[in-house]
Amino acid sequence: CEAQFLPNPEERRIPNMEKSRPLWDNPLQFVFACISYAVGLGNVWRFPYLCQMYGGGGFLIPYFIMLVVEGMPLLYLELAVGQRMRRGSIGAWKMISPYLCGVGVASVVVSFFLSMYYNVINAWAFWYLFHSFQDPLPWASCPLNGNRTGDEAECARTSPTQYFWYRRTLNIAPSLEAAGALQWEQALCLTLAWLLVYLCILRGTESTGKVVYVTASLPYCVLIIYLIRGLTLHGAVNGLIYMFTPKLEQLANPKAWISAATQIFFSLGLGFGSLIAFASYNEPSNNCERHAVVVSLINSATSIFASIVTFSIYGFKATFNYESCMSKVILLLTNAFDLEEGSLTADNLGAVQGHLQAAHPQRYAELQPQLKNCSLEAELDTAVQGTGLAFIVYSEAIKNMEVPQLYSVLYFVMLLMLGIGSMLGNTAAILTPLTDSKFIASHLSKEVVSGLVCFINCIIGLIFTMEAGNYWFDIFNDYAATLSLLLIVLVETIAVCYVYGIRRFEKDLHTMIGHKPSWYWKVMWAFASPLLIISLFIFYITDYILTGTLQYQAWDAAQVKQHRGFDYPGYALAVIGLLVAASTMCIPLGALLTLARRRLRRGRARPVA
Amino acid sequence: MLRFLLLAFSVVVFAHAELCKPDAQNAFKVRLSIKTALGDNAYAWDANEEYLFKAMVAFAMRRYSSKSTTQISNVLLCNVTDRVSFWFVVTDSAKNVTTVAGSEVEAAIRMNRNRINSAFLLSDKTLQFLKISSTIAPPVEPSTPVWLIVFGVVLCLTVAGIVFLIVTGIQRRKKQNKESSETEDLEEKCEVTVTIENGIPCETLDLKAGHINGVYAADDERFASL
Repeated sequence: CEAQFLPNPEERRIPNMEKSRPLWDNPLQFVFACISYAVGLGNVWRFPYLCQMYGGGGFLIPYFIMLVVEGMPLLYLELAVGQRMRRGSIGAWKMISPYLCGVGVASVVVSFFLSMYYNVINAWAFWYLFHSFQDPLPWASCPLNGNRTGDEAECARTSPTQYFWYRRTLNIAPSLEAAGALQWEQALCLTLAWLLVYLCILRGTESTGKVVYVTASLPYCVLIIYLIRGLTLHGAVNGLIYMFTPKLEQLANPKAWISAATQIFFSLGLGFGSLIAFASYNEPSNNCERHAVVVSLINSATSIFASIVTFSIYGFKATFNYESCMSKVILLLTNAFDLEEGSLTADNLGAVQGHLQAAHPQRYAELQPQLKNCSLEAELDTAVQGTGLAFIVYSEAIKNMEVPQLYSVLYFVMLLMLGIGSMLGNTAAILTPLTDSKFIASHLSKEVVSGLVCFINCIIGLIFTMEAGNYWFDIFNDYAATLSLLLIVLVETIAVCYVYGIRRFEKDLHTMIGHKPSWYWKVMWAFASPLLIISLFIFYITDYILTGTLQYQAWDAAQVKQHRGFDYPGYALAVIGLLVAASTMCIPLGALLTLARRRLRRGRARPVA
Repeated sequence: MLRFLLLAFSVVVFAHAELCKPDAQNAFKVRLSIKTALGDNAYAWDANEEYLFKAMVAFAMRRYSSKSTTQISNVLLCNVTDRVSFWFVVTDSAKNVTTVAGSEVEAAIRMNRNRINSAFLLSDKTLQFLKISSTIAPPVEPSTPVWLIVFGVVLCLTVAGIVFLIVTGIQRRKKQNKESSETEDLEEKCEVTVTIENGIPCETLDLKAGHINGVYAADDERFASL
């Protein structure tokens, strides 16, 4: 990055732009773009999991506290910076202070890593969507084995939905080292996903502004349909009761608070530079304070709404599995003891079991290992997050509904919209600084730059379509953005409050919006949020240090379960280190580079003076 | 005479008991789940149904080896339970005390499974021959996988959209370039006339800078007020 040496300090106030910057057609497009970006897959597959793990309804308490302390202030800060500086992340931070150009570059690097692996999720959503047009659904039953006497062995050991995910979709390798071949079907879906993203960002805000109307509103329509369908499913109430009974003792667990803080932080997408990019296309007089509050509230409300839907689906699935388990036990006992059909029901099962155990102890003892203890609680307790929730649990619930094809199509279209919406933000974070840069803008047009970025990301993303690709996906998901983002946002907050000066920022906001920020915002920016981020940072670092070597879960086809505890090989650890270092090192490097250039220029200027 | 008949009868019954018992050689267990299959239309399992079963097995044996002379009396049933499950064995028609090999019976049942199932209005799952695995019909698969068709449709739409946007973008830029070069020509003419006339107006537009188009000067003022 070149550090611009601005001799006249007054000039810093006036953004130096000759061409008029593209703008959103109306403020609604901006709000929809932010909502579309912030409301992503994390709201659907991570928040319900956290709710389940950390005390059900009680989790909402730390969640809302963190929203107020951390989420809204930091969101407002980023939107205000973008709207004020009217540049992408690199340009904006350069204007705050020339030593901070590294922060912008770090944001771009992190966004680049994110867009590399995030679009693979859209590829999977496409895969499932295309397969939803079949009757019966391919994950409804196991395929037959070679000589057609029964189900495929791997599928029979686990469930058809898991088989479809691990074998037919991922074709997962037993470990990270066994890289395997490229899956051409997944590669095709990934290419299509990138073509779709390119179509949406091709014309910049002109095209993005129209697309976000769809990507922001369609998920809500589908969620409402699912809410109505979910609440009317048999057994949904079990899930809802389970979710909403607060287990307040979990509030004493520090992990609950840390998870709430982390969830708010990453759910809003702070630090990637996307929010700065979106806000830079605003009219300078746009009321970003109101929009910040609206977007963060809608994001949290969507999380809660999505978890109501998820828990009714959970309840349905758990009840269905519980009843199947009971039927299996009843069938087993009926066959083994040749009882009359229909004499054993769920109600008298316990009594009859006792009677049989007394009457035929030996035969009953032989059966014992096969008789599973069916428990509804145990089914509800299985907490799943991430791709497991989205692609296994939901598809399992969908296959048992009536007209499963319709619900399947709706669901995967919703996942696609959520994913594409977030991708629009990610690519905006990369492209806005690139198109702002005079060097690139003069040589290449916007379409070519967008096309190049999409093409490079697509080629690198092919790694995730290999047989071991899911393990690399997990590496990127866990390490590419977590630590770096905390550092970036910390530096951003400190820069605005202490380097740029909170009074100057206040005055800028007054000019833009018409009133100064209240004491609440100032206290949060200056003290609460930085302290919170520092404590999150310390927690993450100590967690990494305490767990020692990094491990991953591999899918064991023979035992068909996630096998914990494979150590990452050396080159994978190197990649992890590179991911974290590539973005965090930009910040000090940028400052050092600026310092060196200034020294050089001062050295050159001195003989003349 | 009567004593002889009684002795023969007891021998037959004894042989019957010897040949057909649970886990006997060449005996198969059958399990029916009539209530599961038919619900309210379920029929009761009685001696008539057993007769039909024996007839079906004899029929299967006859069809399998066409020269076979299996009679209904060659099929022996025993240990009928409430579940409805029982054991059966097929005796050799030529020699009454030996049983037909299990493999033959299995092959015969397999060949005629469909007919036996439909006679009882049941399916492979509800009329189970415990040692005889059934060949499951493979699902009907279309020649082109359905997902490829949908993929092709979405791909074509996306590519068409991209091409459309790129082409209209290029056209728009060409029109803009043409317009700006036209206005530049006009302004050059204006400059020529200005230098001739020593006029002032054209200079203020500052055209030579190139990037600033005078039309947008108003916007710059808006920025400066920040």
